[in-house]
Amino acid sequence: MKLLKLVPDNTNIGFVKLRHWAFGLTALLTVLAVGATFYKGLNLGVDFVGGLMIEARFQQPPPIDKVRGVVDRLGVGDGSLQQFGDPKTVQIRLPLPEQGGAGAANAIVEKARKALMADFPGVVFSRYDTVSGKVSGELIQNGVLAVMLAVVGIAIFSWFRYEWQFGISTFVAIMHDVLMTLGFFAITQLEFDLTTVAAVLTIVGYSINDKMVIDDRIRENMRKYRKMDMKALIDLSVNETLPRTVMTSVTVLLALGALLLLGGHVLRGFTAAMMLGIIVGTYSSVYVSSSLLISLGLSPATAEKKASKTNIAAQAERTGPRDDGARP
Amino acid sequence: MLNFPRWAVAGILLPLLIGIFCSVPSFMPDSAVEKLPKFMQTRVNLGLDLSGGSHLLLEASTQDVAKQRLTNMEEQVRAELRRGDTKIAIGDISSRDGKLSFMVRNPSEVDAAVERIRPLTQGAGLTGQRDFNVEVVNSSTIVITPTQAGIDNAVKGAMEVATEVIRKRIDEMGTREPTIQQQGDNRIVVQVPGLQNPKALKDLLGQTAKLEFKLVDINANPAEVAQGRAPVGSEVLPYPGNPAGPPVIAVYRQVMVSGEDLTDAQQGYDQRGNAPIVNIRFNGAGGRKFGQVTSQNVNRPFAIILDGKVLSAPNINEPILGGSAQISGNFTVESANQLAIALRSGKLPVALTVVEERTVGPQLGADSIKAGLTASIIAVVAVAAFMFVSYGRFGVYANIAVAINVLVILGVMGILGATLTLPGIAGFVLTIGTAVDANVLIYERIREERRRGRGVVQAIEHGYKEASRTIFEANVTHAIAGGIMLALGSGPVKGFAIVLLIGIATSVFTAVTFTRLLVSRWVRAKRPTEIHI
Repeated sequence: MKLLKLVPDNTNIGFVKLRHWAFGLTALLTVLAVGATFYKGLNLGVDFVGGLMIEARFQQPPPIDKVRGVVDRLGVGDGSLQQFGDPKTVQIRLPLPEQGGAGAANAIVEKARKALMADFPGVVFSRYDTVSGKVSGELIQNGVLAVMLAVVGIAIFSWFRYEWQFGISTFVAIMHDVLMTLGFFAITQLEFDLTTVAAVLTIVGYSINDKMVIDDRIRENMRKYRKMDMKALIDLSVNETLPRTVMTSVTVLLALGALLLLGGHVLRGFTAAMMLGIIVGTYSSVYVSSSLLISLGLSPATAEKKASKTNIAAQAERTGPRDDGARP
Repeated sequence: MLNFPRWAVAGILLPLLIGIFCSVPSFMPDSAVEKLPKFMQTRVNLGLDLSGGSHLLLEASTQDVAKQRLTNMEEQVRAELRRGDTKIAIGDISSRDGKLSFMVRNPSEVDAAVERIRPLTQGAGLTGQRDFNVEVVNSSTIVITPTQAGIDNAVKGAMEVATEVIRKRIDEMGTREPTIQQQGDNRIVVQVPGLQNPKALKDLLGQTAKLEFKLVDINANPAEVAQGRAPVGSEVLPYPGNPAGPPVIAVYRQVMVSGEDLTDAQQGYDQRGNAPIVNIRFNGAGGRKFGQVTSQNVNRPFAIILDGKVLSAPNINEPILGGSAQISGNFTVESANQLAIALRSGKLPVALTVVEERTVGPQLGADSIKAGLTASIIAVVAVAAFMFVSYGRFGVYANIAVAINVLVILGVMGILGATLTLPGIAGFVLTIGTAVDANVLIYERIREERRRGRGVVQAIEHGYKEASRTIFEANVTHAIAGGIMLALGSGPVKGFAIVLLIGIATSVFTAVTFTRLLVSRWVRAKRPTEIHI
């Protein structure tokens, strides 16, 4: 049986040579993403702005204007409506009453239920969330804190484990991934809620995984070929790990694709974010973090200093790929 | 590297078998699981988003607790200084800015007053601090300030009691497997799966259920009462269902009997009109007090007060001596039943408000499980097929590892009693995708080593050795992200992180150690000179 190889053997793509183009493109896209986030803003869910979210399931696809009319007549503030998932499901967002706490939010849900029941018999509230302003403030704080801690924590880990250049390049690349994801949510106006934060953290985790593999190979090659030019060395390392990078991205995308198509509407935004993140993360591993190492002045000399401490430096000096006495 | 002594084989297979074994109950129907011995009921709990149900976050106002303490203190001070033969006359007690202050009329009695008030304060915490500070200002004014330690202590106590009261109330409602936990300093999380009517639950938890019986002040001037003014020793309370006149009524401040003296409360019906009422029964002391007060006040009305509102103000037609009474007041069967439950479980020491609620209907939950299951199966099949066409025999080994990994994750979740949520299913699917990453790393490395000209056995050994380090490093960083999610995340984020972390731990084991065992068996049996990878 002929086995599938997505990436041919012994590729030799000059990633490093392309780095100025890649940096330019990356910077442009990042600026666009940040701009979109500020200009259009994120469609924050009730988790983060507080309020009331009702997901109503109708017997028949309802005329959205009529539903809007019913919601407006409740007189509980500005509502926003959105078709969600299938055509029979409508998501209704309402502001939470300023006063009255639990009883008041409860009363609004009941009021909405009665009013909708009158016009659309058989309507069911398949779920609803009420989040007070205080709690939503804490959730947003925790969410931002979690993402920042994850990014910084991981950057510090790779700094201690390797050289400081790795820490910085990883940090920059991950920030890029996070900002691109935010931009994606701003442009698509998909709802940004707690689950999305989980998606962002997963992207951070996955992306770091990807970068670690390449960084690890760069380290290994730095010990093996001490005299090799840094640009060539990074190219070699990225090319060597390229089959794995592509294979893993494809398997993860396959799994997530199944989830996107079949996992139900509740998880759709979450899955879409992760798929985008995987693609962005893979791109940044190859083009951003590795190439950045050169701009940051990583050289075998710095590696040697650290390596001699751990005493795993190769004994022999080499200037080309090893052959270890193995026969071709 | 490829030699496994017998004990190592056992060491690898045993935990996997235990994990798989523990995953079995998750696939069994409820009735079958219940028959298993307790230690074998290692079953994954379904989160509320999958089983349907309500999640409520209740918050107690700490200011409320502080205010109540101050009021209690005020009453105690007043009672203490009036007690006994040597009464100490004081001016009005002001409770502004969260502290009490009052003048002692005779300056020579200031020290005596302080002497008598001090014992009312109590130690708070381990620092030796009191819960109130008593000071003399301007030689005749006594100021009583609550300390932070005292407030913290009171909040802590109130939260413990509140959690207990809520547990009792929910148990009385007959819901299954509720989770009630204190969170932070002043919050309680309540999770009730499969609840049909979350409104009833919230109404029940929203009631403080502070019940008091007080005599109605019939001498009060109705016009003044309507304006909210009451004679000395009385107070004006709202009376929404007042059949005669405005929705207010004047009652004496002194409490005849309170809800603390109840032993039972049941919903029942009025003998005449069949209107729903609540039958209550007092304990010995309460019954005696109630009997005494009603004997002395025949033909005068008394007010039944719940959470500061008058429910009804019936006339005392004859002394009520049996130790039981009825509460009437425009109830429906449902609201009477609710009040009975609330009274049985005691009053909440502090009012609670719902600051977050998430309710998922059972239909959506069932749909989500179905969709999640389908997606997981398709994901496994797609990944497995892809691994097979890419790595042949080695791909099959990786697939066996993934299949076992899925079961072991379920087993570990069952052992830990972890909860599977909808984002958890997403974590599951993602784990399936990333679990094979370890295998991809190893196999790509073997391919590389072969290209460099190493022999089969050497290439495999090198592939596993070199890749293991990378895999370890990559997974540590991944686990950092997962750990932060678990520590800081709430709700969906947490559910996702649990699966992710367990998946990272188990997948390294199955994908590296277990597949190495499979590969080594094959290599030793066949001694291949060429591998197809």
